[in-house]
Amino acid sequence: MNLHAMKAIYLFEMARTWRTLWQSIVSPVISTSLYFVVFGAAIGSRMQEIDGIAYGAFIVPGLIMLSLLTQSISNASFGIYFPRFTGTIYEVLSAPISTFEIVAGYVGAAATKSVILGLIILATAALFVPLRIEHPLWMLAFLVLTAVTFSLFGFIIGIWAEGFEQLQFIPMLVVTPLTFLGGSFYSIDMLPPLWRTISLFNPVVYLVSGFRWSFFGTADVHIGVSVAMTLVFLGLCLAGIAWIFRTGYRLKA
Amino acid sequence: MVPAMTSIITVSNLSKRYASGFQALRNIDLDIRQGEIFALLGPNGAGKTTLISTICGIVRPSEGTVTVGGHDIATDYRAARGMIGLVPQELTTDSFESVWATVTFSRGLFGKPPDPGLVTQILKDLSLFDKKDAKIMTLSGGMKRRVMIAKALSHEPRVLFLDEPTAGVDVELRRDMWQLVGRLRARGATIILTTHYIEEAEEMADRVGVISKGEIILVEEKAALMAKLGKKQLTIDLQNRIDAVPESLAPFHLGLAEGGGALVYTYDTQAEGTGITVLLQALADAGLRLKDLHTRQSSLEEIFVNLVSDR
Repeated sequence: MNLHAMKAIYLFEMARTWRTLWQSIVSPVISTSLYFVVFGAAIGSRMQEIDGIAYGAFIVPGLIMLSLLTQSISNASFGIYFPRFTGTIYEVLSAPISTFEIVAGYVGAAATKSVILGLIILATAALFVPLRIEHPLWMLAFLVLTAVTFSLFGFIIGIWAEGFEQLQFIPMLVVTPLTFLGGSFYSIDMLPPLWRTISLFNPVVYLVSGFRWSFFGTADVHIGVSVAMTLVFLGLCLAGIAWIFRTGYRLKA
Repeated sequence: MVPAMTSIITVSNLSKRYASGFQALRNIDLDIRQGEIFALLGPNGAGKTTLISTICGIVRPSEGTVTVGGHDIATDYRAARGMIGLVPQELTTDSFESVWATVTFSRGLFGKPPDPGLVTQILKDLSLFDKKDAKIMTLSGGMKRRVMIAKALSHEPRVLFLDEPTAGVDVELRRDMWQLVGRLRARGATIILTTHYIEEAEEMADRVGVISKGEIILVEEKAALMAKLGKKQLTIDLQNRIDAVPESLAPFHLGLAEGGGALVYTYDTQAEGTGITVLLQALADAGLRLKDLHTRQSSLEEIFVNLVSDR
């Protein structure tokens, strides 16, 4: 195990995070605050409680998930795409380092950044609405698991992408819509039966539902299903990465 | 010179066909000896960079094996790659990082514990120490090249690959680079370089390999190569200009140079006799008076151009 290499990649990526800390934190904090102003204050004041939870508090887990998913994907995809773009990837490919160590370094750093960001958004949200967290350990577990899973997904996108546009493509056109339609701002029980069934095909529903359960103890789907679905997606991402490194896909000629 | 005969890199029957169908390497067999400076020459697109990239683990071989220090690059890649430092041809650097951070990163990446003293020494050797906190994007092209060499040396490799190290580099850096190569070799490192500047290979290398269209067409001790393929030219300056080479001198295939003021005789140093004595006698018989004589050995470049164009 080349621990020095994993540490080197992790610290190198984290250095990039600290360097861009201001942008990294300010923009999600501002957009979260805007969501609170619009959804929480303007609309939420006219909304009834959902499952006995004030609307302002109800949307907090979904908002954190939204940032967590998009940030994990963009951090990890940029982290691996940028060295491919500049050519500095040659060094990683020629180093005495295994696939696992490369992925652990890049994905670990991307997930760390997302988790920090998620906690900052949680703290920001606490300024707007009174929050309770019924299962703090489960909350942290979901936070970390989702960050890792979607950082792995981002890593795959970063290897697949052949331009900066493609890098933005999946987060903007797939993940954001799925998150909005995945019960971030409503309970899928509020939907007509047909749409509710369709929603169950949206993987983000399970993430948001499980995460919300860790806050309020209520969920759209059973917590066990949420955990299982998250693990399934994690497994798919790991399989994708294993395939990439076995075939050298877009990394090695 | 016993250690010099031990192979540090062994390439056996190595072929590379890219997904596009382009055959970049064809059945390459090559031994690099420990402690030598090996110059790999060849025209653009001959496969130099593909060969280096394959040995370093960046390109996957289609066929064949490579061992570095006895370690197979596929099955024992950690040990094999740990011995190698690579300075690629393209200037690719982490623009936003400091020189110090990027060199420290490289050392870690190759599995070595931090060693600020060593990094300091490497940066000083490369006249980079003043710039250690500078962001790489603020450096000149030559300085970036030095940074890439520093990165390659950061984990104390036993084998150093320099792919076109002096392309687009100023005279001063080129001189520094060759001094560095000399120092590394003195410490026992093996150096494999590709270059377009054949005079550099001629000056620095112990052995020369020529690659063309994906095949190694020749590997030779530099001196032996020069002797074997070297043609010498004898230029004879004449007292008086002549309009044409006299009939009696036709067997010597002389060329007329300097507007009739000189004759050029080309001969092979490996031949039984050079024919110079006979030529001089014939010149005297033809009534030509000599002003001066000088000889010149063909350079590696001329040899190389002949080799490649012959195929």
